Amino acid sequence: MSRKKTEREYKRSFAYHFFRWLNGNEDPLMGQVEMKPQKPYQETPEEIRRKIRERNALFLRFYGVVKSREVRNFERVYKIASVIFCSILIALLLLTVSYLPPVGSVERPINNEVAQRYIEKGLEETGAVNIVSGMILDYRAFDTLGESHVLFTATVTVLILLRLDKKKDSKNSSPMERTEIDDQVYEPQNDAILQGAAFILVPIIIIFGIYVILNGHLGPGGGFSGGAIIGAGLILYLNAFGFQKTERFFTEKTYKWISFSALSFYCVAKSYSFYTGANHLESIIPKGAPGAILSSGLILPLNIAVGLVVASTMYAFFVMFRKGGF
Amino acid sequence: MTVFTYLLMGFLILCAIAVSLSKNLLNSILIYMSYSLIMSIIWTILESPDLAITEAAVGAGVTSILFFVTLKKIHAIDEKSGGRHYNE
Repeated sequence: MSRKKTEREYKRSFAYHFFRWLNGNEDPLMGQVEMKPQKPYQETPEEIRRKIRERNALFLRFYGVVKSREVRNFERVYKIASVIFCSILIALLLLTVSYLPPVGSVERPINNEVAQRYIEKGLEETGAVNIVSGMILDYRAFDTLGESHVLFTATVTVLILLRLDKKKDSKNSSPMERTEIDDQVYEPQNDAILQGAAFILVPIIIIFGIYVILNGHLGPGGGFSGGAIIGAGLILYLNAFGFQKTERFFTEKTYKWISFSALSFYCVAKSYSFYTGANHLESIIPKGAPGAILSSGLILPLNIAVGLVVASTMYAFFVMFRKGGF
Repeated sequence: MTVFTYLLMGFLILCAIAVSLSKNLLNSILIYMSYSLIMSIIWTILESPDLAITEAAVGAGVTSILFFVTLKKIHAIDEKSGGRHYNE
């Protein structure tokens, strides 16, 4: 007793909606789906030629060197000289290695009492359960201070290399050069997948980084690795949500103050412990019970300082590569 | 466990060779990322989790991101020109 449905009836049925959804004519959530293909983007030959000219001029200006005869001669001499220099260097180094004591010899400098001392007295003297942390932030704290400063110096160098002078560049009118200055013009903004992933991942990454920093004297981890993790989280957040969101809490000023205060805190704290250690004075900083979170004297605050420096430096690297300054 | 370590070591050498032989710069960065990841697993096997965490965060994470941004700056990942500069 079936009869043919009228078109109006059919349009209200489930099958109509299902097949319409299946064929992609309409999405129940989004409404009408755009089905018509986009018009192909046509460039006039004149425009293409202009773009190629601009691009080549730019590359020539930045990377190209017009080679004259002198330059080519110099390059030839340069190649020969570099080969000779490398051979001499290799010969010298091999000669030096041949004077080293043989492997396994008792007189090798590696067989000294330092390693044994670290393992036997490390927990007692530094209060850190993690011997590696105790070594790098107590016995060898001066090295770690140098490493933090190396990172800071690297940021300064990147700043010198990549900084863009705002006033000078605004006069350049070539569109290619403007693109070079601000290279995120053609990038997709507000990517939904990236934002969704970052919304879930960034808090977890940053909390894990904080855990690694604060737990540095108890388990694996420490200031550098935790700081790198936090920096990676910040970079992910920046990529997902753009510069406006991050500049609410992290600007050039924030970076300057974090780096300055963390590095100077490190200097002051270690100066104090070097002073007391060299003069055989009793340090007023309590060691605490090994294994507790508030233990091992200066190691926890130093870890936090190093972590802050590393996290903000990683972030600053990325921002300067992208924008040339904050 | 020893077999697993040898397998990882072999893969490490493979990655190191592939990085230098790969023509595409983007591919070599991706291979370098996997190199760092394998290295961090090897650090864990060698019982130094401190280094493993740092290797995973710095080697596979931050360094590769900086490499990517550098490639973008020097226009090496332009898909249209296929990694080469425009020529008339």
